[in-house]
This record gives sequence, structure tokens and C-alpha cells, in this order.
Amino acid sequence: MANTKKSDAFVEFERVQKSYDGINLVVKDLNLSMPRGEFLTMLGPSGSGKTTCLMMLAGFETATHGDIRLGGTSINNIPPHKRGIGMVFQNYALFPHMTVAENLAFPLEVRKIGKSEREEKVMRALGMVQMQDFAGRRPSQLSGGQQQRIALSRALVFEPELVLMDEPLGALDKQLRETLQFEITNLAHELGITTVYVTHDQTEALTMSDRVAVFENGRIQQLAAPDKLYEEPENSFVAQFIGENNTLEGVIKEIKGGVALVQLDNGDLIDAKPINVTQAGQRTRVSIRPERVEMDKSRLSSDAHTLKAEVLEFIYMGDIFRTRLRVAGSDAFVIKTRNAPDQIRLQPGQIIDIGWLAEDCRALDA
Amino acid sequence: MSDSTANGLVLAADGTPLKRSLSRSMRRQKMRAFMLVAPLLIFVLLTFIYPIGVMLSRSVQNDIVPETLPETVRVLGAWDSSSGDLPNEVVYAAFMRDMSVAIKAKKHTRLGSRLNYEKTGFSSMFRQSGRKMKKLDPVVDAPFKDKLIKIHKGWGDIETWKTLQTYSGLYTSGYFLNSVDARMTPEGMAWQPEDKQILLKLFGRTLVMSLIITGSCILLGYPIAWLLSNVSPRSANLLLILVLLPFWTSLLVRTSAWKVMLQQNGVINEVLVWIGLVPDGERLILINNQFGTIVAMTHILLPFMILPMYSVMQTIPPVYLRAAKSMGATNWTAFWRVYFPQSIPGIGAGSILVFILSIGYYITPEIVGGTKGVFISNRIAYHISSSLNWGLAAALGTILLIVVLALYWAYDRIVGIDNVKLG
Repeated sequence: MANTKKSDAFVEFERVQKSYDGINLVVKDLNLSMPRGEFLTMLGPSGSGKTTCLMMLAGFETATHGDIRLGGTSINNIPPHKRGIGMVFQNYALFPHMTVAENLAFPLEVRKIGKSEREEKVMRALGMVQMQDFAGRRPSQLSGGQQQRIALSRALVFEPELVLMDEPLGALDKQLRETLQFEITNLAHELGITTVYVTHDQTEALTMSDRVAVFENGRIQQLAAPDKLYEEPENSFVAQFIGENNTLEGVIKEIKGGVALVQLDNGDLIDAKPINVTQAGQRTRVSIRPERVEMDKSRLSSDAHTLKAEVLEFIYMGDIFRTRLRVAGSDAFVIKTRNAPDQIRLQPGQIIDIGWLAEDCRALDA
Repeated sequence: MSDSTANGLVLAADGTPLKRSLSRSMRRQKMRAFMLVAPLLIFVLLTFIYPIGVMLSRSVQNDIVPETLPETVRVLGAWDSSSGDLPNEVVYAAFMRDMSVAIKAKKHTRLGSRLNYEKTGFSSMFRQSGRKMKKLDPVVDAPFKDKLIKIHKGWGDIETWKTLQTYSGLYTSGYFLNSVDARMTPEGMAWQPEDKQILLKLFGRTLVMSLIITGSCILLGYPIAWLLSNVSPRSANLLLILVLLPFWTSLLVRTSAWKVMLQQNGVINEVLVWIGLVPDGERLILINNQFGTIVAMTHILLPFMILPMYSVMQTIPPVYLRAAKSMGATNWTAFWRVYFPQSIPGIGAGSILVFILSIGYYITPEIVGGTKGVFISNRIAYHISSSLNWGLAAALGTILLIVVLALYWAYDRIVGIDNVKLG
């Protein structure tokens, strides 16, 4: 570690491209740098290139172009078994012919670590996931959640600095997934390991990560902390992909004082915050989160534009109410309201006025 | 609550015990299922189980002696063979009576052939004596002792009567003793003369060569099965057709092809001579020996090894290898410690299949084996069709069956039969 500066990026992708068939690029010009100790999630729909990136980092795929560096040194030509990267696979990949303890001892054995030290490390790693009692079992005798815990401790047992996880919770039910999400993040932070996590579940990405890289079509569309990603999407793909979003389409009428006046396709005018629109006349897609839509005129500024909306459907979801509206010709406009004692329960057919703060409504690329 | 109980029995809604109710409701289904398999079951019983049973019973049957010579056998029981004297007139008279019945029914020559297996000379003795004894009357012409000895001096040989006495039972262990190069003598069990001891050697050779064939099938088949399970499904299909191609060619044709390849003027020798690796005068002997049998049989049985291996390897996800490598294992360690142990059930299934098939193989060793490369099955075929000693053939077959079952049992004990996957 003498020649690597602590502040330097630990994992770096520089201009990385990947093609399987020589015709299409699966990963297009990927640049990414991660500091040591970060929990980064690669999020994206299937086929977006996120798993390919992970596999290139692990060494199972070679980059067609570009440089991947780990701790400052290029690892392009280092075979997977010499990279010292821990990995957790989607279907656990626990060796069925070995017991839990043998599975955990495997990475230590191939590193020629003595028997007593091996046993000690195995028990410590099992302790991290509270699975000491299962050391003698076979993987097939464990439940899915238990198997994933073992897979996790097997990836950690040889104390790698970098751990890769490829949709590790994909096969588990919701409740177990949430428990394990919490356990994984806790462990990663406690041990100070750098983690690259791949998932297509955005809730998982938002709750677990320090930063999330949203992949689409072989590119990172946005790389940001979860709150920024949710509240300040930089383009309409991210806005659509992360959380629920209402989209309205129109043309920029004018941009003045950091507020864009947008004329929707049915002629209505609304206020929005210009994100990647620069001049009047551009087509835009404005996006507004369902929970930021305001029905109470008194909470908006007096000159704010409002829209007429017809209530189509009211869904009681327990903690929130979800109301579907017809707004500016679109039937899919949704608002969410908290189930508070004074909250109004809208009836289908009702006509209401809705509006929002200009900074909650983002005018993005069309 | 419908699971009301009476006397600890769970009852159905109408009060009948649940078990009976269940079995009644399943009966129709069971009957239908049975009807579906019945034709095959009957076919197998008639054409497989029954003939095997008959064949096995032949290995101990000896009823031809007591049935052809019923009286002789009875009176001969009283004769003390160790006394050194020939049997008395009672035995000769009984023998004369039995023979005159047998000669009329033309059964005496068959008895001669039967006893000839135990002591050469019996066959011709019975045939010659039969012709002359036909002229004697079993009542008028008594006493017979001297007359019979005059007809054939064999009847004056104490060994003849000892042999008859030894093989007078309904059942005999003689065939089995013959199978292991021993024979039953009046004094008990004895080894065959040195020059007649061939069967144990043949059993040993069959076992050793079958093991070698199984081993070479594993070595050749494993990489192919691995390739099959790791290429794209399209290529795998194509390769699988190549593996199965031999099945679409007659076994006889494939074996004969090896004859063309391996003989001294065959393809391989010609090529070796042509490129100068082997001088013309010293062409390699590749056929009519054990080498030829091993090569040809390995080729013929290879698909039986590849297919079970392939079906097992298909189920091993490649992610295990990746996981092992991510944990620091080299390609070899990952294969040996993670992939190979999971492929053992396939190896086991293939090995059992190939070994059991090869231990009873007949056509290929017959064609390419010469004298040194033949198997025990060739000997069985010889006894069935040439020497007509079916009892010995049956005994050899029974031993073969027992060996296979014993090996199967041993395999189960060592590896575990549930570890075998055929698909």
C-alpha cells in the first residue's frame, strides 16, 4: 500500500467498453471511480450492462477497450483468482458437495493458510452472520436466507478489500430481503470494505448504497447519492426509473429567473425547474413526484399555475392514499397523500385543482 | 373438524377409516397405471425373466442321469466305491434293464454326451454299447456282468461306475466346479489338469480388460462430456449427434471397420510404414489380441460413458467455477475441488453401464479378439452352440451374473447408488 495514496480512487473504470459480438457495445464508454470503503450500487434494467461491468471487475469478462484499475494498478490482465476480490452470486453458488465450514475454508485453503488459523477465521466469519451453529450442515439443508448469509460470509472470510455482489437477494422473499439488506450494509460499513452491488431493485439500491449508478443502454445515466438521485434526477430516464413519477410533455415557453414556463400539449401552462433545457421552443418532459403534488391552493404562491384534474380512482393503501387523476389529457397522473386524520379522501368524478412548487417539478429532456 | 378419531384412527367424513377411504379412491388410478405397464411387464416376464430362470436352473440340473437310469442309480447307491471291487450282478442287471428302455427311446446317446463332459470316452462307449446291447434281452440273457464287459471294456473299469455314482443325483455342483477349473470326482473336489485350466484365467482377463475399457472410456469421455455441456446449445446438439452417430451404425459394421483399421495390412499399419515410423517387415500386431479388443470396445462403448456424464455435467452451473476462482482458486483447483466432485455421479453411472456391458460383450471380442482377446462370453457362446454343454454355459453365465451383482453391491457400499444419475 506504500505507493497508493489513501484519498485516491480505489476502483476505477476509465473509458471502458465491452462488446460480445463485435457489432453492439454492451458497455459504452464507462467512467467510474470509487473511493475506498464506499458502497456503490449499479442499478438498471436487465440488459443495461451493469452485470457485465461487475464481471469485468471480477475478471470473468475482459474489457474490449479501456482500463480497469484496482488500488491504482491496472487489473486488465490479471486473472480472476489473483485479483483477491470477494464475490456473492445471485444463486449463492455454495458448493453442494461441501459443508458450510468446508465452503468457507475453501478460499483459505487455496491461499495455503494453516488449519488452526483457518478454523478460527471460518468461525469468525460465520459469527459475523450469526451462523456458527450451521458449520456442519450441507448447503441443501439450509433455507435461502441462510444460504445467502453463508455465501456472504464466504466472500468475506479471506478479508478482501473489495466485495462484489450480483443481485444477491433476488431470490428471497420481501421480508427476508429487507433484513439482509440491513445486515449487508452494516457489515460492509463495520468492516470498512468497498462494495459494488448490482441490482435491478431500486428500493434496495436506495436503502443500501452510499452512491447509486443508474445504468441504461450501456451508459451510466446518473451517479449520485440516493437522495439526490430521487429528488434531483438529471434526465427523464432516471426520473422514470427511480421511484414513481408523473410525466407531462410540452414545449418551453420561456426561462426566466430559474423558472421555466412550460406549455403542455393541451395548452395549459405550468412552472418547472429547468434541468437540461436551455431555451424557449425546446420540447421537454416535466416530471413531478406524486407526493409533491399539492391540492391545497393556500400552500402555493399566489401566482403559481394550477391545473384542473378529474379524480379517476382512489386507492386506500394503508399508510398512504393513492389517487389517479386525469391531468392535461393523461390518465396516469398519480398523487400520493399521507393517511393523516385531516386528509381528504377524494371521490372519483370530483374535479380538483392541483399545483406544485416550481422547484419540485423538473423540466427534463424530451 | 373432519379429522375425528376413533381408536386412534383418523376417520373420513363418512366415518370410514381415512386410510381405507384413501386407498379406495386411489384404486382405480392404480389399476389404470398397472394396465398401462402390464403389456411390458408380461413381455419382460416371458422373454427375459423366465428364460433367465430356466437357464440358471440348467447350471445345477442333472436329472438326465436318474431319469434315464432310474434303477441303476438306486442300486448303485449301495455300492461301496472305495472297496476296489466292481459292482455286483444286481447293478449290471439293473443297468441292462434301464438301458434297454433307454435304447428303445433313443435316449442313451444323450446320456453318453452328458457324462462325456465329466469323463471323456463316455459318449462313444454309450453309442457303441447301445448298438450291441439292443440284441440282448434284459430277462433271458442274464447274467450280464461278463457280457457287458465283453461288449465294452469300459464297463469293467471301476472308474466308469464311480463316475456314474458321483453323477447320479438330480442336482449337481459339477457344472459350477467346471466353471472354476475344478471337477467333482468320487473322492471329492479336485482341480482340472493344468492344461485344461482356462476358465478362471478367462474370468480374470474379462474383468481386467473390462476395467481397462471402462478406464479408457472415462479418460476419453470426460473431456467430450465437458465440452458438450459447456458449448452453446446449438453446437452441443451437433456434437451430440456425432456422439450418437455410432448408434445408427450396426455394431458388426463398426467392429469390422476396426478390423480394416488395425490389421497388419490395415490403414494404421500402412500409414506408419509409409511415414517410415515402422519398418515394413515389423508391422505392428494391433488386432486378434487384447489390444484390438480394448481399442474396438472402448470406441463402441464410449457413448454409454459420455451420455450419463453429459447429463450430470449439464446440471452443474458454471457459476460454481466462477465462485471458486473469485475465491482465489486456480483453474485446476477450481476444476478438481469444485467441478470434478460434482461430476462423479456421472462418472459412476457411466462406469457401471460400460463395465457391465463390456463384461458380457461377445461380438467385438469374437471378431477382433483372436485367441488372446476373447472374453468369457465367447466361451459361453462356444458351449451353447458348439460343444452343446449347456449346463456349463449356464453355470458360467450364472457366475458372470453374480460377479456383476457383487460389483454393483460393492459400488453401492463405496460410492452409494443414489450417487448415480443416468439423466
